[in-house]
Amino acid sequence: MNLTLKVWRQPSGEARGRLVSYAAQGISADMSFLEMLDVVNEGLIEKGEEPIAFDHDCREGICGSCGVMINGMAHGPMAGTATCQLHMRSFQDGDTIVVEPWRARAFPVLRDLVVDRSPLDRIMQAGGFVSIATGNAPDAHAILVPKEAAELAMDAAQCIGCGACVAACPNASAMLFTAAKVSHLGLLPQGQPERDRRALGMVTQMDLEGFGGCTNYGECTTACPKGISLENIARMNRDFRTAALRARPESAGAGGAP
Amino acid sequence: MSTPLGFAQSTVGRKVIMALTGLLLVGFVMGHMAGNLLVFNGPEAINGWGALLKRSALVLWTVRITLLVAVGLHIWAALTLTRLNQASRPVDYARRVPQASTLAARLMRIGGVLLLAFIVFHLLHLTTGTIHPGYEFSHTDVYGNVVSSFQVPWVALFYIVAMVALLGHLTHGIWSFFQTMGWSHPRLDTIRRTIATVIALMVSLGFIAIPAAILGGVLR
Repeated sequence: MNLTLKVWRQPSGEARGRLVSYAAQGISADMSFLEMLDVVNEGLIEKGEEPIAFDHDCREGICGSCGVMINGMAHGPMAGTATCQLHMRSFQDGDTIVVEPWRARAFPVLRDLVVDRSPLDRIMQAGGFVSIATGNAPDAHAILVPKEAAELAMDAAQCIGCGACVAACPNASAMLFTAAKVSHLGLLPQGQPERDRRALGMVTQMDLEGFGGCTNYGECTTACPKGISLENIARMNRDFRTAALRARPESAGAGGAP
Repeated sequence: MSTPLGFAQSTVGRKVIMALTGLLLVGFVMGHMAGNLLVFNGPEAINGWGALLKRSALVLWTVRITLLVAVGLHIWAALTLTRLNQASRPVDYARRVPQASTLAARLMRIGGVLLLAFIVFHLLHLTTGTIHPGYEFSHTDVYGNVVSSFQVPWVALFYIVAMVALLGHLTHGIWSFFQTMGWSHPRLDTIRRTIATVIALMVSLGFIAIPAAILGGVLR
């Protein structure tokens, strides 16, 4: 296959970027999209040019590192796959493919197709965890987990944090990501003690990072390589609302004599 | 976050405000539409309904002020969230292809602005009677006002266009209401869209029937 790529090139965060055309020649239909970029990069290196920078790690759709906007679609035209799982057979010989980084105020471009996704890490730090007692591991059956709760929690836990939901959302909202993380612990018994604090903390951090809000377009769930459902956003909205109503002022909490 | 102000500052909190005020306004337009249909029962029916609504100044103004506050909060939430959403992507894509969003969802903002313009016009037109092209406005003869105003084609057409905008706005808005309030469940999800579409069609077609009937000469 011979293709024309239009790739976003930007030497650094401060520099101005632009779309640059490259010819990708002799591409096998069995290559993954990232392998195709590798081939193009080898050609660039041979010519003494700077290769295209892009994030990648496992290349089997589980790490969440890769992810670029391909022809206006996050992770490209295949449903339920990350960029590394997209194969060149999804394209026609002679196609022109536009490749851009995720675009969001909260995801500044670091270089070419690489963006800074640490806002997602900070959302996790604001409540995406359960506090547990250390020591010997408890028996696996010490806490009963309803089967349905376990399955829904695992569905939500499939989120790999790639940021495609933010990239595909017309509002650059991180609600699907945050909702998946709020849900996967909030559904389990182990997540109950911190459920309110988790919803409040993670939503607040999400807002502080400068993501947009949800307008229920549904673009996120379609772009998601793991098919995280919109039901999670509804659950997060509910958790946040009840938590905000239940939360007591800091000074009115537990304590001894005044 | 434990304060009402903190709640209203969050993106989720503002969506809840939008949803609850929207629910109130949906309830209002349903009642308004049902009352309007009395016009098909003749002048006595609709004029009697109008007089009944105005019988208690206290009730009338309580309802009016509640509705104005609801509209105000609805617009405030929409405006501030829209500004935030637009600022959230300072550099746009050279190419972005929408995969899932409905036309109703994408026209929500522009439709909302059109509806606001319509509400202002409608209040000046049939509530205060400030705008009355080609006829005399009467504060008691609802039937006369309605029939003579919709005989002016541009007025009738503007009302019809605004009610088509309302159709789109309610289709996405009512569905979004469930989502924002967190009412998503496999059993509910199959009927959420249907509930939204049925209410939206009922309200907008009920409203459109009147200018359409007058324009078509069925009511005179």
